Amino acid sequence: MSAVAPRLTLRTGGRLRRRRIVNRIMEAFGTAAALLAVGVLVLVIISVAVRGAPALSWHFLTTPPSLFGPPGGISSAIIGSALIIGMATAMALPVGVLGAVYLTELAPHRVAGVVQLCLDILNGMPTIVTGIFVYGLLVVGHVQSAFAAAFALAIVMLPLVARATQEVLLLVPQSLREASFALGVSKWRTTVGVVLPTTLGGVLTGTVVAIARAAGETAPLLFTCSIFAPAVSTDVTHALPNIPVLIFTYSEQPDKALHAQAWAAALVLMAFVLLASLLARVLLARQRSKLAR
Amino acid sequence: MSAVPSTATPLRASRRRLADRIGDIVLYGLTLASALAAVAALLAIVYKVFQLARPAFSQFGLGFITSSTWDPVHKQFGALAFIYGTAVSSLIALLIATPLAIAIGLYLSELAPRGIRGIVGSLVETLAAIPSVVLGLWGILVLGPFLAHHLEPWLHDKLGFIPIFRAPEATGTGLFTAGLILTIMIVPIIASICRELFLAVPTELEEGALALGTTRWEMVRGVILPATRSGIAAATILGLGRALGEAIAVTQVIGGGTKITANIFGPSDTIASKIAASYQGAASGLEQSSLLYLAALLLVIGLVANLIAQFIVRWFDPLKGART
Repeated sequence: MSAVAPRLTLRTGGRLRRRRIVNRIMEAFGTAAALLAVGVLVLVIISVAVRGAPALSWHFLTTPPSLFGPPGGISSAIIGSALIIGMATAMALPVGVLGAVYLTELAPHRVAGVVQLCLDILNGMPTIVTGIFVYGLLVVGHVQSAFAAAFALAIVMLPLVARATQEVLLLVPQSLREASFALGVSKWRTTVGVVLPTTLGGVLTGTVVAIARAAGETAPLLFTCSIFAPAVSTDVTHALPNIPVLIFTYSEQPDKALHAQAWAAALVLMAFVLLASLLARVLLARQRSKLAR
Repeated sequence: MSAVPSTATPLRASRRRLADRIGDIVLYGLTLASALAAVAALLAIVYKVFQLARPAFSQFGLGFITSSTWDPVHKQFGALAFIYGTAVSSLIALLIATPLAIAIGLYLSELAPRGIRGIVGSLVETLAAIPSVVLGLWGILVLGPFLAHHLEPWLHDKLGFIPIFRAPEATGTGLFTAGLILTIMIVPIIASICRELFLAVPTELEEGALALGTTRWEMVRGVILPATRSGIAAATILGLGRALGEAIAVTQVIGGGTKITANIFGPSDTIASKIAASYQGAASGLEQSSLLYLAALLLVIGLVANLIAQFIVRWFDPLKGART
């Protein structure tokens, strides 16, 4: 038994050093990737802000575009966008919420699976295809209209509202429902009077997220609401000017003045969308802490 | 709630029971109708788009897919050039986005200090909230010129012997720019799904690996990535679906073209961008219905990508965490 004791040392050998270096490189890559994503976000926001700010003014927000002479503003597009999104929300919100109630509270397992799959696929549907569908359904043989645009956006919003509602419905404690049933309260009274009120915040969050998404959607509007007079109008049976299509058409023009207008409109749109998603985030945090209590 | 059952008089109780039964039926009917509206919308989209594509389909048949001519003058239309543009731009986006997104997901779930984890996560998700038309505007006026004057000439100098890095366009519009814009759009989507997946891996498994003396990366490679493989695949395909179907931002930066070119710096068109670019009207009825045929193709491709992703999520994923 005269085996030589192996020389034990705490110094790192070559193999261990290599493992550590690989680890370090991979950690650095992860951090760099996250930094890159945040960097791109900041870069986009800053370049839109810097280029959009000069043309942005009260005048820009309150006058319609002018065809000749000094550049006008985007008031007609703001009004048009607001009308389209308002109508789309009015269509998507009730259907999305009720559909989610069906899925989480009432549906047999198998039916719920099929509906869920449809919602998920609808969520991944290229929005230009949705636009083409509404074009074929409501525009061919008629005229483009703000209503058709709203219908297309409602299809885009529906899965988002439904998903958000489902998520909060699942957070509602089962004991709450059982307590209500134990008092002899019927299913519909429990759902309408007990379950839905607790989910109000979550539904609101989902709606805000869906509005933020819909506000920036351009593809569904191209074939449903892109041929319009620049003047202010509130007639939803005709195509109305709207911000996304305005940015899109201006950006395709070689004209520098129009580019400036596009930047300013992009700044308005982006500010709206980012504020809306911030609001959604705050609402969601509050809802979570409320239901966790 | 004033739903305390009354036993005072049998008459009122029975009336209440009737009201409850009617209420239950109404609630069931309304919610069922709403849920079916989603199913109906999907079926209607498929039916209507195919119906719209019928004239071009009867004219060109399936040969439309393999023909690369798009010639409004001679009324010859084929989709191959756009299918190629879609494939290449999405491939560029996926090649760049997937490793980045997985790295971001790992950073957010494993590496980031607790204090900044939430903030960085929110910022990455905010990237997905930027409207595509704004991103496209940025792409055409900021990113495009930058690429045209700096990155693309450099790549062309160093790697020009490979045919995909031929001479760049002066404007910076082309497949490569489109691929980069798509990357920006799909990285946050894939990354946030990946983060949820990685967070769902049981902590005991991770700690067990670390206790055996693995480095953090070895733990990731040996435990986290194998456990979430199918979820990552589903996330990637969902990202691919988004990239294939994105119309607006791509239209703005891809330059437009109907030829198949190996040069990724050259102008091209994807299926979606060709449709979007032609929104102001096609010259002939046949051209218009060919565009609708393109939409039907896009629908099929989008459906297949989505179905595959949902299938992976539902039937293979042990963690069931990737349902967006």
